[in-house]
Amino acid sequence: MYRSILSIAFSAAAALGASSIAASAAWEPVRPVEFIVPAGTGGGADQMARTIQGIVTKHNLMKQPLVVINKSGGAGGEGFLDVKASQNNPHKIIITLSNLFTTPLATGIPFNWKDLTPVAMLALDEFVLWVNAEKPYKNVKDYVDALKQASPGSMKMGGTGSKQEDQIITVGIEKASGAKFTYIPYKGGGEVAVQLVGNHVDSTVNNPIEAIAQWRGGKLRPLCVFDGKPMAYDEPIADGKAWKDIPTCKSQGLDMEYLMLRGIFMAPKATKDQVAYYIDLFNKVRATPDWQEFMKSGAFNTTFMTGDDYAKWVETEEKRHQVLMKEAGFLAPSN
Amino acid sequence: MEELANLFHGFAVALQPFNIMVMILGIVLGVVIGVLPGLGGANGVAILLPLTFSMSPTSAIIMLSCIYWGALFGGAITSILFNIPGEPWSVATTFDGYPMAQQGKAGEALTAAFTSSFVGALFAVIMITLVAPLVASFALQFGPAEKFAVYFLAFCSFVGLSKEPPFKTIAAMMIGFALAAVGLDSITGQLRLTFGVTELLNGFDFLIAVIGLFGIGEILLTMEEGLAFRGGNAKINLRVVLQTWKELPAYWMTSLRSCLIGCWMGITPAGATPASFMSYGIAKRVAKRGNNFGKGEIEGVVAPETAAHAAGTAALLPMLSLGVPGSPTAAVLLGGLLIWGLQPGPMLFVEQKEFVWGLIASMYLGNLVGLIVVLTCVPIFAAILRVPFSIIAPLILVLCAIGAYSVHSSTFDVVLMLVFGVLGYLLKKCNYPLAPLVLAIVLGDKAEEAFRQSLLGSQGSLGVFFSNALVSSIMILGLIALFWTAIQEGYTRLRTRLA
Repeated sequence: MYRSILSIAFSAAAALGASSIAASAAWEPVRPVEFIVPAGTGGGADQMARTIQGIVTKHNLMKQPLVVINKSGGAGGEGFLDVKASQNNPHKIIITLSNLFTTPLATGIPFNWKDLTPVAMLALDEFVLWVNAEKPYKNVKDYVDALKQASPGSMKMGGTGSKQEDQIITVGIEKASGAKFTYIPYKGGGEVAVQLVGNHVDSTVNNPIEAIAQWRGGKLRPLCVFDGKPMAYDEPIADGKAWKDIPTCKSQGLDMEYLMLRGIFMAPKATKDQVAYYIDLFNKVRATPDWQEFMKSGAFNTTFMTGDDYAKWVETEEKRHQVLMKEAGFLAPSN
Repeated sequence: MEELANLFHGFAVALQPFNIMVMILGIVLGVVIGVLPGLGGANGVAILLPLTFSMSPTSAIIMLSCIYWGALFGGAITSILFNIPGEPWSVATTFDGYPMAQQGKAGEALTAAFTSSFVGALFAVIMITLVAPLVASFALQFGPAEKFAVYFLAFCSFVGLSKEPPFKTIAAMMIGFALAAVGLDSITGQLRLTFGVTELLNGFDFLIAVIGLFGIGEILLTMEEGLAFRGGNAKINLRVVLQTWKELPAYWMTSLRSCLIGCWMGITPAGATPASFMSYGIAKRVAKRGNNFGKGEIEGVVAPETAAHAAGTAALLPMLSLGVPGSPTAAVLLGGLLIWGLQPGPMLFVEQKEFVWGLIASMYLGNLVGLIVVLTCVPIFAAILRVPFSIIAPLILVLCAIGAYSVHSSTFDVVLMLVFGVLGYLLKKCNYPLAPLVLAIVLGDKAEEAFRQSLLGSQGSLGVFFSNALVSSIMILGLIALFWTAIQEGYTRLRTRLA
């Protein structure tokens, strides 16, 4: 209530000042915009959405409030179906993670990303192979050797969710190394990192932001990053090592690359003006120091894409996920 | 010693006028959030999070944690007055709190609940102050098998110690397990029991079930009994607070036991809900007047409230020191920390001393402020029961509907709530206990998840539940609790035979 009164006051003030210029401006939201998160509170997508909400509020980037709503049911299926059902409603946007592809493929719910209107890719999230710092594995080779010596299935890989990105990477590592893991799914990335600290699993593929605190605390050790090139951040984190110093898995003989989409979509049948409004909004968000600080804290890959480039990228990724999930046997019977 | 100096520095930070104002505002907002069933602490904190972005991190976390306290206090109000638990951990409070209100002892029940909450939380904060570093390493020993053992103990201590007919208890519990199984199977990533209905993707949310089973079910029962709303003769002056306080020290043993259960469950982190059920179950069996539990016994309010709040408070510790939230509300607070650029984890206590000790100091003060605020309002809350039922019932219905809607912003949930209401009415008419059903909905899928994670890790061997001293001792405790009645009987028989 308090917030909406405030925002009405702000928008009235802004409207008075901008009325002369605004004549040429195209579409703008006329009521609060729902920002759907197809995942639970506290996870990576949720943190990003709430950071954006905070930046928009703090820098007064929108005249209408932006309201974050979590719809995590059915591995995010609830959120995607909700946006799919809201066609012609430009006041609803959704932030995606890899479950944009994996959830429909694994569960067979009636949804495909083409049902939505692509807006922009905000960033790509990295994946890093982590082991407990007490363990003797100093590099990928040590670890892969240990994997091969252990009896198949006795080494445990912890990850977030089932038949989602973490398990896809695990299958990729198995293929590249010839070893066999037992994959144990947990609810959230933070929990996975702590299970590794407590030695309840042998390795994880946590995102940087999920494991950075334990790395700084000297409890975990990063072995390699599943990207084509090392990460860009050179500020030392632990033992004088920075994100930049983590080698790529490929260069260490573990041929697997995986990046996770952090992108924005909106409801079906959005017009060009409406998409342009949100692209402009996210460009403003990206320009703030708060956003850059957030990108740094999570060691994100800051690739930004819109329009056809973005749609093409998503299409390629979808095909890749289809292949990866088929090989791993993760497809729902109906797919 | 250094910790103590840090704490006093923390008090100095928390006692700045602006922070005290923020504290009171947070408590009041929190009570309002707690009174609305379904809105809940987690949602409330999430909605109000952006409000705090303009404050310093310390003021912001003080405000948010005070909302958390307020919601914890507020949850007890609707449980006692209307039999509608606003939060999972308030369910056990209704068992004796609501009968007390019906007997015109609403003021006593509220005072006992608020005071116990305060005691529980205070105990946990003192523990956090003294043994924070030790506790963090204890929490690390908890893998899936240990977690399952804790849930197992919660189920066993509630079922084994219950005095209901065992088959009705088991039947009710099985309905709960079946409802908990609906939705996404988190181990295989496939949908279960949804029959292609997309509304069921999310499964049955605990809060919807509870609002329906308890709130709507109760209204239906009252209507059948001729619209009489009992409890109108509640004493409504502040003297009732003092009178109740005179009675409470007699239950010090129950309090202490509940504090310990709560702290332990908060740290592990199993959470406040199993803590409240476990504490109630044990108190029922051990207390002198245990046979009267469920009929309006003040001790039956003290036990779950103390444990729930000790657990809720202790749950903040694993969040700060390990980055693992012990409750949904703690998860939202965790998101807040990250937005302010604070990284929870082992280094937080070293690098952000001012913040951490400011937060701990605000726990002491926020709790005290909260207690004063809610106790002065006891007469007002108790007076609500004097409003005629024909006016209050529609209001409760509206409150329930808003609560059910706000959980997932979905109208389907409101319909679901009504269905659960009818189910709750029928079960009560047939004398099936609702508590085991609720316990199974809340903890069923978590227990299942931990069980299957453990078996994945052990490659199918059940031996994992007895693989080390920690997990075996929890499992054995659970088995003792489950067969407590049989053990007791066997012991008595053995003694008579020997005699």
